[in-house]
Amino acid sequence: MNLIIAIIVDGVIYSSWLFLIASGLTLIYGVMKILNMAHGSFYAIGAYSGASMIGLYFAGGHPPWASYFMLLAVSIVAGVVTGLLIERGLLRFMYGRDEVVMILVTYGVLLILEDVIKLLWGVDAYFAYQPYVLLGRSKIGGLSFANYDFLLIAVTAVIGYILWWSLNRTRNGKLLQAVIHDREIAGALGINVTRTFSITFVIGAFLGVLAGALTAPGISVTPGLGIEVIVLAFAVVVIGGMGSVGGAFVGALIVGLSRALSVHLFPEGELFVIYGVMGLVLAFRPQGLFAIAGARKI
Amino acid sequence: MTALLETRDLARNFGAVTAAADINVKIDAGEIVGIIGSNGAGKTTFINMVTGYLAPSSGEILFQGKSILGKQPRQVMRAGMCRSFQVAQLFPELSVNENILIALSMAENSRLSFFRPLKTPDMEEKTKSVLAEYDISEYGEESVMTLPQGVRKLLDIAMALLSGPKVLLLDEPTSGVAIEDKFDLMDTVMRAVKKSGAAILFVEHDMDVIARYSTRLLAFYDGRVLADGPTSKVIRDEKVRKLVIGNHLDLDKLEAANA
Amino acid sequence: MKKSTYISLFVLTGVLIALGLIVPYWLSFLITVALSKGLVVLGLMLLMRAGMVSFGQGLYYCAGAYSVGAFSQYFKIDDILVLLLVAISVGGTVSAIVGLLLARYREIFFAMFSMAFSMILYGILVKSTSFGSSDGFNVISPTLFGWAPQLEGGPILPFITISLIVMIVSIMMYHYFNSPMGMAGEAIRENEIRVEYLGISVHRVIYYKYIMAAVLASIGGAMTAMTVGHIDPEMAYWTTSGEFVFITLMGGTAHVAAPFLGAVVFELMRSFAFQYSPYTWQMVLGIALLAIIIFLPKGLWSLKSKIIKGDQV
Repeated sequence: MNLIIAIIVDGVIYSSWLFLIASGLTLIYGVMKILNMAHGSFYAIGAYSGASMIGLYFAGGHPPWASYFMLLAVSIVAGVVTGLLIERGLLRFMYGRDEVVMILVTYGVLLILEDVIKLLWGVDAYFAYQPYVLLGRSKIGGLSFANYDFLLIAVTAVIGYILWWSLNRTRNGKLLQAVIHDREIAGALGINVTRTFSITFVIGAFLGVLAGALTAPGISVTPGLGIEVIVLAFAVVVIGGMGSVGGAFVGALIVGLSRALSVHLFPEGELFVIYGVMGLVLAFRPQGLFAIAGARKI
Repeated sequence: MTALLETRDLARNFGAVTAAADINVKIDAGEIVGIIGSNGAGKTTFINMVTGYLAPSSGEILFQGKSILGKQPRQVMRAGMCRSFQVAQLFPELSVNENILIALSMAENSRLSFFRPLKTPDMEEKTKSVLAEYDISEYGEESVMTLPQGVRKLLDIAMALLSGPKVLLLDEPTSGVAIEDKFDLMDTVMRAVKKSGAAILFVEHDMDVIARYSTRLLAFYDGRVLADGPTSKVIRDEKVRKLVIGNHLDLDKLEAANA
Repeated sequence: MKKSTYISLFVLTGVLIALGLIVPYWLSFLITVALSKGLVVLGLMLLMRAGMVSFGQGLYYCAGAYSVGAFSQYFKIDDILVLLLVAISVGGTVSAIVGLLLARYREIFFAMFSMAFSMILYGILVKSTSFGSSDGFNVISPTLFGWAPQLEGGPILPFITISLIVMIVSIMMYHYFNSPMGMAGEAIRENEIRVEYLGISVHRVIYYKYIMAAVLASIGGAMTAMTVGHIDPEMAYWTTSGEFVFITLMGGTAHVAAPFLGAVVFELMRSFAFQYSPYTWQMVLGIALLAIIIFLPKGLWSLKSKIIKGDQV
């Protein structure tokens, strides 16, 4: 029984973490058709800026409860700055290039950002455990879980809802869906594609940074963080169908739960399972679970 | 005698939309069949289905009496049926010579050599004669991207004829070609087809071209074959006039001009 | 290929080997590793000419290396030819299976899916204690029929071997690229529909190319293992595969020699960047990558034709 609880709770925690990271990646891909390899670096930037600001914040003796809002504020600032710099400074000159070339461009960005992070924050580990410890732990069926992780689930749920709502219930969101579906039609509808791209990229970057900032309290922030994360996010996005936010949600659940299963039952297979599932899904549904298939015309 | 190509109750739906239904057509050796119909009448769907690009929802396709249903385009091609495309399907970044060289090597043998050079004197000679046959020798070194539309069309058709098919399907061979060049292009194509002895089906919007070249005419309307028979008869068919060609066309003048 | 080309290639290889014996050991070591990676990149170039970019060649690079490592350890065999054969058969077999699935995919899906397969191998190796988990293990220095020439600084057999392999492979690939099968890659990149309608199975052509690329990558991995003397799961990690794509782009895809040129330049650039700016060497590489994409989209090899054209003007 405890095992089942552990698998489910761990799985959901891990899934929500994965969704936080993957949502930005899939949003950017859906709108801009750029598979952003540097997304993991956004995550790392979030983790570093979050961790270092938490350190300063608690050293300054400010009220502990507000540290959560500070994490959010830090993510917004870091996300907007990073996103704008990269989109306006580099990517916009590359629009219209082949998707595979765009992967390589963002790969170059990733290499650069990895060192920028080292230059800004050095190579030593950062710890920002205060917000994590602050919330204490609770017991479910005799198993102890950190309340911070439940907060993470809640935040993910809120973000997921906001994303879903703004894509499906607002005018701008519907216009964005038009861009995702067909860029030519979007242009014909009078949508400012350039501006849409900028905003999308900034929002995507913010989501990546936020994921990092929220994760920082629970981990030790060390170099190479983003490189590990990006491939996981790829797996989630590919399983769900690239460009589909709903798909990323399902993909995150699938990956999160299967990893939790593996961690508890077959620890050696932890990494193997994630890509194994991805392979399985792709073998049967090449476009991912929720992708919109485009027909080829003669 | 079994027909060269025969379809039985061929149909295709896209969701609730019927793109083709009840298509029963028999083509014999040496026939020159025109296909007319407005956009969305099912002409290209028909070609896509018989060449294996699109799976029919129901029906049967026989080629020389044998079913070719479910076969891939390459298998249909090896069986002896080739096609051209509305938008010429070429290798745009390569030169015309390379296009033909590659096409020749592929059409000749489905097992491609890993080691023998593609450009042998023999192959280059063949390439030259193909280009000469279609009067496009002067474009040999040019990149396909820079070619005039008519030359692209010819190249596309030339590729389809390389393997010596028994049936050739042309999807709007003269679309995008200037009116004054259409007859030249069709003359060139017809000369090459006659030499090869293939039966030919061609989709065409220009009634002048239809009247001049086709001996039999299929009129498609709303996914079905509205009329099938000698060209002069079909273009006088009342339903065809009303639904496909339009009543404004002066048929006598048309036939006189193309006699 | 003309007779004179063969002769100059033989002479060139001879000169290269002779030079390798004279230059400082670190340089011949670097060139050995670079040429080994060049083999992997040659395979990638083969795929890229058909319009496919694999972000997972690390799979075969690593498989080649580990099969050499494991085989030499368990069977106590250190003959370089035997070990290479082992690597080739492992790489060939794995790719013949994986390729059945992967040959269906194109573009970004092919890139992502091939990456997933290399990450599966990584995931397995990281957790397998018998292979030293994430630390990997050491590989013995190879011999050729018991012969193991030494220089001041280390063994030189890998260098001689890779030089000869590169020569042989270059000749074979030169012929291949000019054969109907080789040109079918270009044709597929340009227009798959036309290729199908010319009676050729696109799937099969890509499948063969995938296996060839994998075999080249496993030879590269095997040679790297025997040269460096140590292997770890990092060889299958996606960043390793990314590096190969980087080098392919850097060299260009226009000529058989381009991958080797790209690999040597890359290794030199990396070791200098690492030496002179140890904290920002990745940044240097990243900037170089962007510069190539922007200014030299056809790679370093395109400089050659640019220079020649410049001379004529």
